Amino acid sequence: MMTAPPAVSIKNLRIALPKGAERPFAVDGVSLDLRPGKIVCVVGESGSGKSMCAHALMGLLPDTVSVTSGEIQFEGRDLLKLDDDGWRDLRGRRLAMIFQEPMTALNPLMRIGDQMAEMFEAHGLLTPKERRAKALSLAREVGLPDPERIVRAYPHQLSGGQRQRAMIAMALALEPAVLVADEPTTALDVTTQAQILKLIRNLQRNRNMAVMFITHDFGVVADIADQVVVLRHGKVVEEGPAATVFNEPQHDYTKALLAAVPSMDPPARAPLDDQARAVEVIGLDKTYVTSGGWFREDRRVDAARAVNFNILKGETLGLVGESGSGKSSVARLVMRLIEADRGTVRIGETDLTSLSGKALRTERHRIQMIFQDPFASLNPRRKIGHIIADGPIAAGTDPKVAFDRARDLLKMVGLDAGALERYPHEFSGGQRQRIGIARALALEPEIIVADEAVSALDVSVQAQVLRLLEDLKARLGLSMLFITHDLRVAAQICDRIAVMQRGAIVELKPTAQLFAAPEHAYTRELLAAVPGRKERAPAA
Amino acid sequence: MKQFWKSMLRSPSGVIGLIILVLAISIAVFGPMLFPNSPWRMVQRPFLPPFTLSTVPLGTDALGRDVFAGMIFGARVSLLVGLVSTLVALLVGVPIGAMAGYFGGKTDDALMRFTEFFQTIPSFALAIVLVAILQPSIYSIVASIAVVSWPPVARLVRGEVLSLRTREYVQAAIVTGQSNTWIILREILPNALSPVIVLASLMVATAILLESSLAFLGLGDPNLISWGYMVGAGRTVIRQAWWITVFPGVAILISVLGLNLIGEGLNDALNPRLSREGR
Repeated sequence: MMTAPPAVSIKNLRIALPKGAERPFAVDGVSLDLRPGKIVCVVGESGSGKSMCAHALMGLLPDTVSVTSGEIQFEGRDLLKLDDDGWRDLRGRRLAMIFQEPMTALNPLMRIGDQMAEMFEAHGLLTPKERRAKALSLAREVGLPDPERIVRAYPHQLSGGQRQRAMIAMALALEPAVLVADEPTTALDVTTQAQILKLIRNLQRNRNMAVMFITHDFGVVADIADQVVVLRHGKVVEEGPAATVFNEPQHDYTKALLAAVPSMDPPARAPLDDQARAVEVIGLDKTYVTSGGWFREDRRVDAARAVNFNILKGETLGLVGESGSGKSSVARLVMRLIEADRGTVRIGETDLTSLSGKALRTERHRIQMIFQDPFASLNPRRKIGHIIADGPIAAGTDPKVAFDRARDLLKMVGLDAGALERYPHEFSGGQRQRIGIARALALEPEIIVADEAVSALDVSVQAQVLRLLEDLKARLGLSMLFITHDLRVAAQICDRIAVMQRGAIVELKPTAQLFAAPEHAYTRELLAAVPGRKERAPAA
Repeated sequence: MKQFWKSMLRSPSGVIGLIILVLAISIAVFGPMLFPNSPWRMVQRPFLPPFTLSTVPLGTDALGRDVFAGMIFGARVSLLVGLVSTLVALLVGVPIGAMAGYFGGKTDDALMRFTEFFQTIPSFALAIVLVAILQPSIYSIVASIAVVSWPPVARLVRGEVLSLRTREYVQAAIVTGQSNTWIILREILPNALSPVIVLASLMVATAILLESSLAFLGLGDPNLISWGYMVGAGRTVIRQAWWITVFPGVAILISVLGLNLIGEGLNDALNPRLSREGR
């Protein structure tokens, strides 16, 4: 079985980064083989050089880096020695790629069918009529609903999963021998992700393609990989068949990565029934209306429909759901960043929804937020000290006291006091998220709302930040509203979980019960779609 | 800041523009000290061609006044009007744009309709009317140029603020209870400044042209000589005495060109991603 000759053989690939980068080589001596009918997963954290490998294989390296040594053998040729014409001939026809973000990878002004037909046109194959027929059959093959209609649709009329299917159809159009998939499911919801993974798996089996699958998610690896290559700082630290890497990881880094993946089994939690209520949310409604103009009906999206929940003192309530389920809207409604159409948010005895202006500003400190994107949530032109101390100073704290407190807070979240005088761009994603936590704590809140606070972080950093949150919450007696799309994370940190679908909470239960006996069909669907469920569950 | 100067000096247009601007400013500041003769005084016979007498190197105009002295004193007026009117336009346009973008809704509608009111009137016609009503003086000229040039600033700032106000760090400032004024001043405007600076450098150039056009039509400050006035005064005799119009005309051309080059250089320096890809 393993004796089939490799379709692509990367040997000792070295890609140099420009001077002044954090390390000299983006990819340092990587060798790997892609075999027909096999999926090789290249796993690593951000900055490990995994995307560089994929781009080198497609001849898409940016101008700022250069290949210093190594070769990529494909059908008797060294790809690294190809000229532009050679690349144009191979790309699409023999080597195909699918990208992470299907919206930006498709031309927004061109119909889906035309974009598929363009693949044949670019290589001068078939007549226009045959191309159209082929596009239709491809749409059918990748499982796009109502293919006749969808080939005439524009990308924005498709859902994320449908766009990714269309991308896959384009990649497969010319029956390439090798498919490179660069984080193809990262931008998708779990249920869609599960479908796309299955599709890639089936197509690859049927066509006997060699697939190089780039991902950071070990759950996805467990579901799809035949071979696993673990990259760290541009070097291969471990490679082998999927089962071996998962069950008997050799390298410490692989072990650490695997250990950092949160398990699906919720740990036992002490009941909190006798605690007072910290937050009470009653009948929250919010509908977004986009005006359709004179001739079309207005478009209405329900972001929240009669949302009710409460959070006890010291409790973490999880809010889970797919994108568009309204979970972030609920967070912003609770924070009063957007106004609700109806409903009440009560913090302790104060009705937050009835306040406005200065009265609202003085109460705001009681509920604070941690944001999703550590790169967008800190003002790039303000020093960390100011970022943390601005809130307390606005509330009337003496600046000197506020800065002293900022120093203590930085220590509390595991950064040194020297950070006060530095700017956000000098910090990594995990460190920035710690700063965001320090900013939220500076106002001594009673409740923290964490909106996908760890979703943008690598697994190992994610584990650290989660531990920090848990620790701070216990020490300061905080309540938390934890919004996430990741059920693994939710299992680890939440006391109770509310599942949201199309603006409504469909199920709200203690975490252990929810995982053991999900009642609502949607909850069951979500749980079943979590990647890597089967392989990991017994081991954890 | 160091990074900014580095990339500014790397773009050739920026360097040339800076050199021209520094030269023009030093002429405006120090020129009248070195050549204290009033540009209005008649020093020689009329229509003296340039390069004939070393005391009046650029010749004299129809009344025997020194063209060279006029050029030097004119630099003062042109640059002053350009800079001050741009400053005034920024002081009007930035707050209006920032408020419209930040508060949105009815405030936005009201402020933008107000802005459109000014944008729909041809700017040069409005400037002429304003100067004519207010009597030509350096103040009325600055004021009318500012009045016709703030709407694009307001539009630009509004657009920038609109995109910045949904950023997470602005939301973070809101939830930490900071006041709207502070959020606009500290969180939003500093991040919206780059395109405004680029626009401002181009506005100075436009203002110089506007002032010259007004002075050309005889709507300049009667007590101050300016390049536009000189071009206008020499217009009728351009066939006999080309130098009276050509020298101030070239001065206008070069300073406007210099400011445009600076604008281009600033754009490259303040949008590092664009400049790196552009080369």
